[in-house]
Amino acid sequence: MAEIVLRDVEKFFGENYVIRKLNLTIQNKEFVVLLGPSGCGKTTTLRAIAGLEEIDRGDILIDGKAVQNLPAGDRDIAFVFQLFALYPHLTAYENIAFPLRATGESRSQIDGQVRAVAKAIQIEHLLSRRPSQLSGGDMQRIAIGRALVRRPKAMLMDEPIGALDAKLREEMRTELKRLHLENDSTTVYVTHDQVEAMSLADRIAIMNEGVLQQVGSPTEVYRHPANLFVAQFIGSPVMNVTKASVQTSGAVASVVVGEGDGSFGFPSELPQKMAAASHGQGDFMLGIRPEGVLVSRQQAPGYVPVEAHIIEPLGAYDIVDLKVGRQFIRARTASGYVGKPGETVYARLDESQTHFFHPATGESLNISFGGA
Amino acid sequence: MATAVMNRLDPRSRAAARGWSDLTIRNVFIIPTIVFLIVFNIFPLIYSLGYSFTDFSAASNEPVQFVGLQNYRDLLTDENIWSNFVITAKYVIVSVAGQMLVGFGLALLLNRSFAFKGLVTTLLLLPMMMSAAVVGLFWRLLYSPSWGPINYIFGLGDFAWLSDPDTALYAVAITDIWMWAPFVMLLSLAGLSAVPKHLYEAAAIDRAGSWYTFTRITLPLVSPLLMIALIFRTMEAFKTFDIAYIMSTQPTTELISIRLYKQAFQQWDTGKSCALAYIVLIMVLAITNMYVKYLNRAKER
Repeated sequence: MAEIVLRDVEKFFGENYVIRKLNLTIQNKEFVVLLGPSGCGKTTTLRAIAGLEEIDRGDILIDGKAVQNLPAGDRDIAFVFQLFALYPHLTAYENIAFPLRATGESRSQIDGQVRAVAKAIQIEHLLSRRPSQLSGGDMQRIAIGRALVRRPKAMLMDEPIGALDAKLREEMRTELKRLHLENDSTTVYVTHDQVEAMSLADRIAIMNEGVLQQVGSPTEVYRHPANLFVAQFIGSPVMNVTKASVQTSGAVASVVVGEGDGSFGFPSELPQKMAAASHGQGDFMLGIRPEGVLVSRQQAPGYVPVEAHIIEPLGAYDIVDLKVGRQFIRARTASGYVGKPGETVYARLDESQTHFFHPATGESLNISFGGA
Repeated sequence: MATAVMNRLDPRSRAAARGWSDLTIRNVFIIPTIVFLIVFNIFPLIYSLGYSFTDFSAASNEPVQFVGLQNYRDLLTDENIWSNFVITAKYVIVSVAGQMLVGFGLALLLNRSFAFKGLVTTLLLLPMMMSAAVVGLFWRLLYSPSWGPINYIFGLGDFAWLSDPDTALYAVAITDIWMWAPFVMLLSLAGLSAVPKHLYEAAAIDRAGSWYTFTRITLPLVSPLLMIALIFRTMEAFKTFDIAYIMSTQPTTELISIRLYKQAFQQWDTGKSCALAYIVLIMVLAITNMYVKYLNRAKER
């Protein structure tokens, strides 16, 4: 098992600057997920660690040793491909045994190791089948088995369950987590699915356009997104983001959303906090997750009347689009709480769940109120 | 019926304006081919089977007599015929093995990107597109002991490739290799480029060396196409006539098809040559069948 360090890694594809000065440390035994939209450079980063892609500048260190000039085979890492990359002419057994046979281990040793791995991933009954006779989930199990059998320093996985259907994906997610806990292997996992990232990762590294946006535990990136991109990429339904400004009248502060579309009361220390963040009175971007928008059917102090526009019943809860002037704010309510579209309800923003971002750079202003 | 899956005729087409139906158009395309096949292939095939049991000679007016299996019996006990078969077997093995090695080797070299790859590939394919008669005549010049460039380049003096009974057959085989290795190369290239790149990546990750990768991944995955090339080339080599006939008159290069030609058109022993043609046909079918069995096994994976 090993620690992986990326230091100022840069990569170009022709004119395309796909990895920009990436610095990231993956601790021993840690499960790190590289998360980002397609084309953000996450897969390229993973392939660079594996040695399937050369980097143009920077260092990749595995256990303190620079490996960027070593071929993939000498880095002692395993890779799980999105499309499994099983050898189609070999049986499941032979596929798992391949890395051992390639390095010329003894027959009996190979047999023992293959069977042990097959047991761990519960595919003992499939060992004599060829990939074409297996389901997608089983193929990926075999591919993971092939990666595990070598006891590599690290496991790299490139959207390993992205090609499976939704139900199987959930099942495999649990299994991957279990395998990680049992094997304690350093794992770097690439996905564009934030749910997958949240459920699997010890830490998530979010990338966009080749730039690392934020690294942190799932709770951290969810509760304290470093910028607008992270805020909107993590979480479903998506965080509400709207242009806003502060208004004070006497001791009462309020936040005006949009171009004066509506205003919500805020604790009076908001102006000081804004000043402390050296942002002054200017406009900013206000972010709030749907669960931070509190909805009441009755008039209550601090609540402002809004019109319910669209209601999406999702079973466990409803997502209600509230019309605030020309703006829409999505709120999460108990299932069936708002009767029908067009009703007038009352809403308040839970200040402890609000996020403030710079309107131009999108960086978080690091303003927070109590609670989280 | 097959017509059910055919697309309907475009109502604006000229054919529709002439009042042709889908069925008519299908027949217009298919019937000439079928007629051609029957007249030039199937009819002679059956007719010659009949002749093979007679003492018919196309050059004489004597009444044709049914001789039963006499022709076959004569041929299979004729030592000269057997020596023709041995020559043919030697020729097939040398020339097909050479073509497979050279063709697959070239394909491995070409299976990467380099400047002018398309041009190089096209040039390498040229021999295959030439007429066998022309190729034969040219190689005769190349092999010429007195002023042929081959002896000059390899410093072989006046070594007579084609009049030396021991080397003549191999000289012809080399020409055949030159001509048909590109065909194997073409099929191998198709096979090589169909091997998914991620398998090589997986093998690199799995610490497989280049030889291990080649024998355990490349070869097994290309083998169905190699097998197809092998089938085609073996069949063709077995039937070789033109190159050998043009290049050499040595008895050691008398392939079975040359023997057949002499029997049919020099000795005018038509009945017997029909029988010989059938023996050759059965042999080619048998060899091809063995290959096809292997091919199917390779394709199952």
